[in-house]
Amino acid sequence: MSDTNAKITEEIRAKARELLSSGEIAAFLGFTSGSLPMTTRPFVAKRPGDADKLIWNSFCVMNLANYLPALLESLEPPRGPKDPPPAGPLPKVGVVATGCCSRNIVVQMQERQVDRSRLVILGVSSRGMVDRKKVMAAAEGREPLKVEEGGHTLKVSGRDYELEIDRWSAVRDNCLTCAHNNPVISDYLIGPVSNRDVKDRFAQIEAIEAMPANARWKWFTDEIASCIRCYACRNACPLCYCPTCFVDDSRPQWVGKSTEPADTALFHILRAFHCAGRCTDCGACESACPMGIKMRLFTRKLSKDAFNLFGAEAGLDPQAQPPLATYRPDDPEEFLIVEEKK
Amino acid sequence: MNILRLDINGLLDCLSSWAGGQELYGPVKDGWRRISRDGLEAVVSIPPGAPKAPIKTFFLAQPETLFTFSARHGDDDAWIPTPPKEAPNRRVLFGVRPCDARSIALNSMPYRDDPYYQARMDKTAVVGLSCNETCSTCFCKSVGGSPYGTEGLDILLTKADGGFIAEVLTSKGEGLLEKGTGTPAGDGDMARLKALRDAAQAGTSDTQALSASFKAKNLMQLYNARLWQGLSEPCLNCGACTFLCPTCYCFDIQDEVVRQAGRRIRYWDSCMFPLFTLHASGHNPRGEKIKRVRNRFMHKLKYFTERFGALSCVGCGRCIRECPVNIDIREVIRDLLSVE
Ligand code: SF4
Ligand code: SF4
Ligand code: SF4
Ligand code: SF4
Ligand code: SF4
Repeated sequence: MSDTNAKITEEIRAKARELLSSGEIAAFLGFTSGSLPMTTRPFVAKRPGDADKLIWNSFCVMNLANYLPALLESLEPPRGPKDPPPAGPLPKVGVVATGCCSRNIVVQMQERQVDRSRLVILGVSSRGMVDRKKVMAAAEGREPLKVEEGGHTLKVSGRDYELEIDRWSAVRDNCLTCAHNNPVISDYLIGPVSNRDVKDRFAQIEAIEAMPANARWKWFTDEIASCIRCYACRNACPLCYCPTCFVDDSRPQWVGKSTEPADTALFHILRAFHCAGRCTDCGACESACPMGIKMRLFTRKLSKDAFNLFGAEAGLDPQAQPPLATYRPDDPEEFLIVEEKK
Repeated sequence: MNILRLDINGLLDCLSSWAGGQELYGPVKDGWRRISRDGLEAVVSIPPGAPKAPIKTFFLAQPETLFTFSARHGDDDAWIPTPPKEAPNRRVLFGVRPCDARSIALNSMPYRDDPYYQARMDKTAVVGLSCNETCSTCFCKSVGGSPYGTEGLDILLTKADGGFIAEVLTSKGEGLLEKGTGTPAGDGDMARLKALRDAAQAGTSDTQALSASFKAKNLMQLYNARLWQGLSEPCLNCGACTFLCPTCYCFDIQDEVVRQAGRRIRYWDSCMFPLFTLHASGHNPRGEKIKRVRNRFMHKLKYFTERFGALSCVGCGRCIRECPVNIDIREVIRDLLSVE
């Protein structure tokens, strides 16, 4: 483990232990190690002793905000659907949050999904999380049996090979273009603050926009061709909390259920639009996808539009209205097609 | 059973004749692709382990059209089901790992009387490739299989001494080979095959031990075990594990009508989805995540085992590799076995 990760891990454990011991929080949400190299598991510590299982490394790719609403609810005293909320303060949850995760918490606050007063946020600046698929690609099909993280390198080894790669070369696409790697809200800051700067944050999108329409359509259909409709992308996303998703509805059936190309395409287009102006580009969707589909580019395009048209960036200010839930008289409307009256 | 020795050219000749005479499919990168005569090289060197896409796609079509109907009120045959016109084509699946082949045999137990599954089985010949090399996530041996297992296969090929030893296991397998293919295997080949099988099995005394242990366990004790809470906490309730799993076979049914042409389709469903058990009344007997996670493992390890005699898991390791939050069935098995 790199020194920075070891230090952050120690600090997270100490703080979680302290908060759990003092009774300030009822549960602490972080990551623990997985059974394979480059995997981690979201983990809920409930006793001070559990804190020693918490870890921090470059493979903490899931977005913990995704678990918060259900976790908070599970700690409330049980009550019927029509009963009023109990009087007095409810149990709190501690959570580790990077830049994007903290922004998703802000979105959840704006959308009334979480109550800030019940959260104790341990902010960690992200150095850019590593994409295990990129590491696998670098290993050229040979199974990685051990991956050691150094300061700026990853040492990958398997049955009959050893390989050292530059950490940055395997960082996730969303992290490469992230402009908010420091937490935007937190109660405690853990580890060093990042001063990383990006200039071409929408370059990936501009390259796709520059394609002629039919090439762009081909890119899109090829990208989603292997989708198995497992919905890991949707379920990993903290923005998706509707009790019944449009894809699951059967009366009316908005979207066909199989993996025929038109159905899959419709699912992806609609999912992306539901995230417009709300997506923080955390990349959890892409990290969760078993098929390696880059569906994050679809939401990224909409982030670019929200930014360019409305100057809006998701999850920066808890007081702000989400761009698609508000209206300003000077909103640009160049997308409206107006026919002149003769 | 007939055992032959084939060299690489002999194998390429077979592949070429299958690619010409019927549909030939093989694992290319992560998926199963149709192989044409000029793409044969792609399938003769396959990386160790089971490919990401499961073999069940060939038997549980996604979607399967059960029947079609006209939704035009004036039509004479309006709303009357018509059997699907297209029958499945004859095809050969090549390069199937023994775990995946076993999944075909296991799934055909619950689908014994299902005409759609059986029609696809009839039309399909399965040519396996044994695993001289395994992955760290492979555990076929612990769940009743073997890297050299033959269950569910028509022919099993084993790489040995620069060529292949072909075990022709069924009459369908016989039918795949033209007269004069290969040479009869010699005593050396037989000894080699036995040595490879024995070596793979070394250390695993009884491959049926796990199903016996699960059969002996008390159902309610497993059901009420404390471990489900912690285990289910990170789960996203997605379909990655069940959709990639070769032995998960659950489905849902929908009617789709496009421009008054209707069809009833059967498509994959997953017990991890809340909708799976949602009743028309609005009640959901598996309304919470913990119950859904429990069902997936209880079905694989306990319910199926009691009903059909084997675990509904062939140890391919796909769910372990692809779960976004690394829920590892090997750990679940270990923990459940220690439940008192
Ligand atoms: S759509 Fe993807 S990148 Fe955007 S918030 Fe959801 S999981 Fe994160
Ligand atoms: S996670 Fe990947 S395979 Fe699953 S539905 Fe999303 S894009 Fe498709
Ligand atoms: S699980 Fe067994 S049969 Fe399947 S790929 Fe691995 S070694 Fe081969
Ligand atoms: S076990 Fe993993 S793959 Fe399966 S539903 Fe849960 S998160 Fe998804
Ligand atoms: S449960 Fe996992 S290891 Fe077992 S057959 Fe299914 S995917 Fe393979």
